[in-house]
Amino acid sequence: MNALIGLRDWVDDRLPIVRAWNTHMGEYWTPKNFNFWYFFGVLSLLVLVIQLLTGVWLTMLYVPTAEEAFASVEYIMRDVEYGWLLRYMHSTGASAFFAVVYLHMFRGVLYGSYKKPRELVWVFGMLIYLALMAEGFLGYVLPWGQMSYWGAQVIVSLFGAIPVVGEDIVQWIRGDYLISGVTLNRFFALHVVAVPIILLALVLLHILALHHVGSLNPDGVEIKKHKDESGKPLDGIAFHPYYTVHDIVGVIVFLFVFCFIIFFLPEMGGYFLEHANFEQANSLKTPEHIAPTWYYTPFYAMLRAVTYPLFGVDAKFWGFVVMAGAIAIMFVLPWLDRSAVKSWRYKGWMSKVAIYSLAVSFLVLGYLGSISTTPGRTSVAQVFTVVYFAFFILMPWYSSAEKTKPVPERVTMK
Amino acid sequence: MRQIALTFLLVLTSFGVQASGGKSCGQIDCYEFEADLQDAASMQRGAATFVNYCMGCHEAGYSRYERVATDLGIPPEMVEANLIFDDTRIGDLMVNAMPESDSKRWFGVAPPDLTLVARARGADWLYTYLLTFYEDPDRPWGVNNLTFKDVAMPNVMFELQGGQKCLPGGDGDHGACGHIEHIADTGRQSPEEFEQTVRDLSNFMTYMAEPAALERKRLGVYVMFFLALFMVFAWLLNREYWKDVH
Repeated sequence: MNALIGLRDWVDDRLPIVRAWNTHMGEYWTPKNFNFWYFFGVLSLLVLVIQLLTGVWLTMLYVPTAEEAFASVEYIMRDVEYGWLLRYMHSTGASAFFAVVYLHMFRGVLYGSYKKPRELVWVFGMLIYLALMAEGFLGYVLPWGQMSYWGAQVIVSLFGAIPVVGEDIVQWIRGDYLISGVTLNRFFALHVVAVPIILLALVLLHILALHHVGSLNPDGVEIKKHKDESGKPLDGIAFHPYYTVHDIVGVIVFLFVFCFIIFFLPEMGGYFLEHANFEQANSLKTPEHIAPTWYYTPFYAMLRAVTYPLFGVDAKFWGFVVMAGAIAIMFVLPWLDRSAVKSWRYKGWMSKVAIYSLAVSFLVLGYLGSISTTPGRTSVAQVFTVVYFAFFILMPWYSSAEKTKPVPERVTMK
Repeated sequence: MRQIALTFLLVLTSFGVQASGGKSCGQIDCYEFEADLQDAASMQRGAATFVNYCMGCHEAGYSRYERVATDLGIPPEMVEANLIFDDTRIGDLMVNAMPESDSKRWFGVAPPDLTLVARARGADWLYTYLLTFYEDPDRPWGVNNLTFKDVAMPNVMFELQGGQKCLPGGDGDHGACGHIEHIADTGRQSPEEFEQTVRDLSNFMTYMAEPAALERKRLGVYVMFFLALFMVFAWLLNREYWKDVH
């Protein structure tokens, strides 16, 4: 024991590990009134670790060539001991990642976690989300099934809608005149090396920025305003041990759902592993129905909702613009919210209606993006695309015009 | 407005259902079929049917004989004696000797690998497909299929099943051809026996599409139990610490 303490002190004289521990765990003062919504940050981190670990082992066994990729995945599923488990953990992990990240982001919207002084926390979070979308897309191509191939075909060809340079960009991304083994090789490199490095760096920045300004809470009250003599916020508790033991409970509940899917519903009815992807990629055979995996479908629905050509440029390009805009507009959320209060608990009715509308439009668009289009469905998608954008574009107006409720001085435990 | 309300309702009630146009099995709705992965005898019979009737043209190129033998409880010597017809070793993949260039010439399309067909198409699709061949003199092999219109495959189990005719009316309802009837006194098996043969084959092919399925579910039960136990201690620990937070 003494030897261990000696070692700690020896290192600490050379690298401030004790200070780092205190800053981020032992003396990171966290509001004591976190609710259910505050589990999803730590769950995102958990899924990230699951993806990294299972990914390392899958990389050992997967062969990134057009000839061997599909067979190597089946080799993992059949001939590798517990290979099926690694693969299902990774494929379910991809969906789980988006599920927890979407809930984590929605928490931010509910309680105004993006507002001053946490704008950078939000922006880093959005960059993580963007990197995650790229990572998910690249990874989906690797099993080289029919949906991998044709999904990649659809998504990459979107860039072709950009006037003048579009086709050249598409060719540059593919590295070929069509999606081919060359594309697969580079997607593999990006999926297992480039994007994960970016993702890890962004996660670090996200957490460092958060721990600098401190966590907000469901009341949107700054706990640093009321401190005791020693400088500890009165409503704050140490992250460790209080929230570590608290989060373990949340982690187990999450693992219940996660493991249930892995062991009993790994395809999740075709939403997590699409049926068509059990057929090897075939560049000569287009599947009847191409849908992206569920986590992209809201944006896919917005893309398809745009059916009017404008300024002589075809509708596909404007669909692309709308889709990119739907993601880009989330970045500026901290500067759109002009409300005097942070949490929706104390905002007026207009903000509450807006937040509900956002959730409903996202779900409806998500559903529409997963099924084939009809003129009726396209109209519905158009309506909800407008609703989605209205949440953001009208926010400077409704957030400042509405009457807010008084915010308590200290956090409440409801 | 009604569209919107309807769509919203759809989202709430049927998120798990993949809506798609048309019937679930080509021109008809799939027959009801649930694969039984516990029935080893059925899957063993299905394996025999598979190597005898399917593997002449098709392969199961991701599956190994040895894995099938182990999982279905067939002694390796029996597999070598009864299921392997050439000098293939038991540890090899279940491939055949038909060159793709020839098969393309003979059938117009290379017979697809069948290892994963039950996962790609669904077990009920497979079961329905195998039962819905009918006589059609306009097709090169003299047969067509209600589930897979104008399929390039001949009815290879004709000697067992005998002939089937397509008659007007019924589920399909496509003018002259809507439902299928067996032609009496044809085939070595009665319609009931043949249904069992197809059931066995579908069971086997469902197993082959995901050989780890049984092990996965077995292990899953232990994992859930472990998590439940872990939950008790985690919750008690949490309660103990949070006593002093007010």
